[in-house]
Amino acid sequence: MVETFACSFRATELDARRGIISVVDRLKDMGIPNTRVDEVQIALAEAVNNVVEHAYAETATGDVLIRCNLHPDRLWVEIRDAGIPFLNAKLPEGQAVTVDANTPLADLPEGGFGWFLIRELASDIKYKRNTDNNQLSLCFEIQLTA
Amino acid sequence: MSLTSTVADGAQVVTVNAQRIDAAMAIQFKEDMRTETDSGPERVILDLSSVAFIDSSGLGAIVAVMKQLGKDRRLDLAGLTPMVDKVFRLTRMDTVFNLFDTLQDALDPEQVEH
Repeated sequence: MVETFACSFRATELDARRGIISVVDRLKDMGIPNTRVDEVQIALAEAVNNVVEHAYAETATGDVLIRCNLHPDRLWVEIRDAGIPFLNAKLPEGQAVTVDANTPLADLPEGGFGWFLIRELASDIKYKRNTDNNQLSLCFEIQLTA
Repeated sequence: MSLTSTVADGAQVVTVNAQRIDAAMAIQFKEDMRTETDSGPERVILDLSSVAFIDSSGLGAIVAVMKQLGKDRRLDLAGLTPMVDKVFRLTRMDTVFNLFDTLQDALDPEQVEH
């Protein structure tokens, strides 16, 4: 059996925050363990931030649509937007962060963690450019507690 | 953004009174921290015990705050909740900052490296 829900919100930072929190609340209600939902939230927030900051950067702000499909052993989170596609219709690599205690202060990165976090936390990632929208799907392995 | 600042045992303690340091909050956080820490003790402790969630924008803002403080001052972090702790560990930023479980630990002379 697959449990599904969807929600949408405007691609602004404040609406994104409210949208992410509402998705997280639904996932907890479905019986996904809190620590797993935390990881989904970290990855989802990065994916949605990317839509707000990049996909709609040069076009009128549109909507973000999120659909969650919960299977017995995994959760697929689909994020759609009507903004511009990724460069060359390919997902960014997400460079590994290579800092340590000896990294000079001035060399510490202040960004670029987003795709790295998504790739660390999701077990599978799919991206499809449709005629007028981006469709990014993130998969997370799940063991239900309920 | 709501920050509270006190000086305790020669360190400035800045407490973040917000549940999220996210993209909607990051720039404001950075500016408010700059104001709060414009002058003051060499050591600044950021109390994150009320913060349940941080994203890469918030993490970048904390790194920016440390850079603003410069070489002669330092930023330590206290009271990381599980999700905040996870983001710091995944990005290896746990190796860059001194992390303390609680504010009390951060202020305990025996726990502080010199």
